[in-house]
Amino acid sequence: MFNFGVVTNWINELLVSVMPQWAATLIECVVIGVILLVLYALLALFYILYERKLCAWFQCRLGPMRVGPWGLLQVFADMFKILIKEIIPLKNTDKFLFALAPYMVIASSVIMFACLPWGYGLQIIDYNIGILFILAVSSCGVIGILLAGWSSNNKYTLIGAMRSGAQMVSYELSLGLAILTIIVFAGTMNINELVWAQENGWFIFKGHIPAFIAFLIYLIAATAETNRGPFDLPEAEHELTAGYHTEYSGIHYGFFYLAEYLNLFVVSGIATLMFLGGWMPLHIPGWEGFNAIMDYIPSVVWFIGKAFFISFVIIWFKWTFPRIRIDQMLAFEWKYLMPFSLFNLVLMAVFVALGWHF
Amino acid sequence: MDLLLAISNGELAITATITGLALVFAALLIAKLIGPRSYSVKKAEPYECGIPTRGKSMIQFKVGYYLFAILFLMFDVETVFLYPWAVISRSLGVYGLLSIAVFLFILILGLAYAWRKGALQWK
Repeated sequence: MFNFGVVTNWINELLVSVMPQWAATLIECVVIGVILLVLYALLALFYILYERKLCAWFQCRLGPMRVGPWGLLQVFADMFKILIKEIIPLKNTDKFLFALAPYMVIASSVIMFACLPWGYGLQIIDYNIGILFILAVSSCGVIGILLAGWSSNNKYTLIGAMRSGAQMVSYELSLGLAILTIIVFAGTMNINELVWAQENGWFIFKGHIPAFIAFLIYLIAATAETNRGPFDLPEAEHELTAGYHTEYSGIHYGFFYLAEYLNLFVVSGIATLMFLGGWMPLHIPGWEGFNAIMDYIPSVVWFIGKAFFISFVIIWFKWTFPRIRIDQMLAFEWKYLMPFSLFNLVLMAVFVALGWHF
Repeated sequence: MDLLLAISNGELAITATITGLALVFAALLIAKLIGPRSYSVKKAEPYECGIPTRGKSMIQFKVGYYLFAILFLMFDVETVFLYPWAVISRSLGVYGLLSIAVFLFILILGLAYAWRKGALQWK
């Protein structure tokens, strides 16, 4: 596999040779920032089209078809439309918090985005407590949503924000416990080391039954975390108009939309990292020829492909299950999913302590 | 970036934060510059499906959400305590497993108490 670290190191040495260290660091930071920004925007645009097309196909429609071939340019048209829309000034809102909310939501989603392992040697933030850092940052997004709902001076947004807050903090527990199950097995929180630990078998195969159960729990909790699928009641459109972002208009609203799609990618990326081997190719022991062919596919393609697959499954949920009520949703988390994931954690710990794993 | 040892993680995290903030700021600036602007009293009112808002909107709210927030706090702190154990659980072996089982048992007792008291019931 090609190590992208060679390229980044070469660029670093080139810069250091012509300028002092601090200037090189500054330039590298700016370049990384620009790459992040472009990647973020492009993936968001892709995801909007991806979801619209998938929704359409699930309902036997064609989806957007007019702008460009197969409607491929529709998202660009939408982006420019939303950019030139008026941002309506509102009275009686809490101006500061109202303006702050999209900043918090977007910033938390960009930081999580930067933590993902994109390929061999392609990772931006690599803390030794990487997974804990991602979980901590994801909680900041909830604050943004609560601020948006509270500061809008609208009863619908308040109800939407409260539902969203209750849902996201509740399901974060199951999400954290599912990740914890894998950390018990892997024995590290560093994202890079987690990927390397899956070199000879992804955790979902290696980790025995508890890893598979944890994967299912993670998928359910991730669906709820991103406010989609059967858990999209914060923005149940026939009850609450649009939920916590009802009062936002134009591009101001667009940020919440953007963050929602990117969070779908981020949770899919974390699922890929924790269960499906990150950017590691699929290897089957004994099949040397097959493994050699898999190694030729670039690591970036592996990571993005797996993440798109998980996103597909989460979008699939949305069109399969009907929306549930708030009391059902919280009861499901606290009475079934959370005790079950605690039990699963203990099961994994027993498996590891007794050595019953591959 | 993995092998870019020259930049610390803190600097990279700050870069990512600034990127996010800059994205919002730049897009808002562009929208303000090229978007139309108009103001009317009716337009500035909260959108509640055409019905005029009655009373204040930043009101005292259903206590049920608060209960779940308190429960969340308890279990979230518990998860934070579990992370250090999870990393070294392999080397701790059976002894570590037994100690964490006691910890988890006390926590599940707390959940059972909340359940029994009806805190998980949505009224």
